[in-house]
Amino acid sequence: MSVLPPRYDVLDKEPFRWSDFLLRWEFILALLLVGVMVMGSVISPYFLDIWTLSDATFNFSEKAIIALPMALLILTREIDLSVAAIIALASLAMGLCAGFGFGPWPLAGIGLIVGLLCGIFNGVLVTSIGLPSIVVTIGTMSLFRGLAQVVLGDQAVTAYPVGFSTIGQGYLLKWPPVAYSFAMFLVLASVFAVVLHKTAVGRRLFAIGNNPTAAMFSGIAVDRIKLVLFSLTGLMAGLAAVVLTSRIGSTRSNIALGWELDIITMVILGGVSIAGGVGSIGGVVLAVFVLGLATLALSLINVPGIVISVLMGLLLIVSIALPILIRRVMGYRA
Amino acid sequence: MSWWRSREAALAFIIAALIILVGVRAPVFLSAASLYDMMVDTSFLFMLVLAQMAIILTRGIDLSVASNLALSGMVSALFAAAYPDVPMVLVLLLAIAVGAGLGMVNGLLVANLNIPPIVVTLGTLAVYRGLIFVIAGGAWLTSDDMSPAFVAFPKLTLWGISILLWFAIGVAAAFHLFLNYSATGRSLYAIGGNPVAARFCGINLSRHLLLVYALAGAVSGLCGALWVSRYGIAYVDIANGYELTIIAACVIGGVSIAGGIGSVAGALLGALFLGVVVNALPVINISPFWQMAISGAVILTAVIVNARSEKKMGKLILPEARRAAAGGKS
Repeated sequence: MSVLPPRYDVLDKEPFRWSDFLLRWEFILALLLVGVMVMGSVISPYFLDIWTLSDATFNFSEKAIIALPMALLILTREIDLSVAAIIALASLAMGLCAGFGFGPWPLAGIGLIVGLLCGIFNGVLVTSIGLPSIVVTIGTMSLFRGLAQVVLGDQAVTAYPVGFSTIGQGYLLKWPPVAYSFAMFLVLASVFAVVLHKTAVGRRLFAIGNNPTAAMFSGIAVDRIKLVLFSLTGLMAGLAAVVLTSRIGSTRSNIALGWELDIITMVILGGVSIAGGVGSIGGVVLAVFVLGLATLALSLINVPGIVISVLMGLLLIVSIALPILIRRVMGYRA
Repeated sequence: MSWWRSREAALAFIIAALIILVGVRAPVFLSAASLYDMMVDTSFLFMLVLAQMAIILTRGIDLSVASNLALSGMVSALFAAAYPDVPMVLVLLLAIAVGAGLGMVNGLLVANLNIPPIVVTLGTLAVYRGLIFVIAGGAWLTSDDMSPAFVAFPKLTLWGISILLWFAIGVAAAFHLFLNYSATGRSLYAIGGNPVAARFCGINLSRHLLLVYALAGAVSGLCGALWVSRYGIAYVDIANGYELTIIAACVIGGVSIAGGIGSVAGALLGALFLGVVVNALPVINISPFWQMAISGAVILTAVIVNARSEKKMGKLILPEARRAAAGGKS
């Protein structure tokens, strides 16, 4: 048996270069996170208190739960701007059912189902009719929140059953204090990370993001996978609606208004490319912590919320522009 | 394609039908005064939708227009309050300059650093909005704080038509000439149709992108000063979320989010459609809470109708291959 010459030239693995490692997105984010921690502990003695940190997780866990499936969507060149509106509709459904005397667990089920249905609706419009997802979800964003507004007007639902608040306010562990919502985020993040980075399905998502047409001709069911991703995003928005409604104990038509932009900021800062095909769950998780802890640190020294949002916007732009500028100065193209 | 089969004609027909339907329920809606008020109300949307369309033509998007409008509006209101004797023309020029400057920041980041427009403008959306709070110290400026000339300006009329509508007409005419008859305007279509081909045709992409973002910023700035003087109030939240209404009007008007497709007439009709809906609801006693749901349903209907079924996917063109694909494994 003779040895055939190889059909392809397999290149040697690129030699390790420090500059590549130092310009890796996760490394930059980790540096940012350390910077935020140091800054936080310098400007406020309360920052590193375990209870303060645990309290802070309440403020970003719901958004972070949605950021996970959103990362997968953006990775495959899609986007969902309707997530906050799905929260409003799911929360409304829970509010109405609470009026009929549903218990805490059935209510949570209702929230998840409504979220899932909204996600499927988006997914069907995008995949079967072939519409751009940004346009579809701008439309469904108005539609979903609009429906909540039609039903609720300027009223609020506050009559939730006893025990419902545990989901959003309770702790899984007493020490160290870990809230249910934060625990959910951590578990989901691990699941998403394994699926994206260690399974064939995950590799397919990267393939779709890099070149949907080539992916389709390689036998990947592009539309079916995208439909699943939109449904999953809806389901996670439903879960966030359950946690948020339970935490604040009321439903208004403007609940979670504008969250879609915060969530997309988390994903983009996490290094997921809007052009598709690049990104990691680790990056998104780091970005969630950077944004969450920076917000905490600034709130501790009484910076107004609107100024914090300026700084977060600047953080987004600068952290993306800076590596590009550095690469350009160092003479090779991004 | 004859003109009456075009998308614009269909949309104009739908709008006319809508106006007549509303008129049947409430004849007062069909009065000249009522229709005129509706046009004046929609003036801002007319101008902003054209600026947004120019950007969407190049495959871009500007989410920061509403924040830009609010910030430019606040700057011009502060300026007019501090120097009440300065003529209004200067205040407007200042607002346009501020708006163009903010737009140019977007343009530099998009054109020179190649950051995706949605990322850039998502960031500047937050930054510009927050800067309003910073420069005004969180204060609200009401018409009492502004100079009388500033507040009186939008009430001016020329030949019986509001100055606001004249601005909209002027901007529309300028965009019509620019996009259809100037080399630069045509280049925007070329860039959106195929950026690589446009590059090989010798079109300087970054210069055109910078220009179009600055232009959109200038229009936002102009609208900012007019908005603040018309409604007599400047604070952090004015026009909050309006960027999505603007993009919705573009989509309804047949502007393709994939770039390269869109007309001035279509975009204006898209804006008019939303203007009719907003103004008709109270007339026929439908709660304004319905407005959002209706515009959502309209956007979805519009994109489904407009769908050029141009799924950006490869297709199996040989009949045998298609049969094989349909029947599974051979």
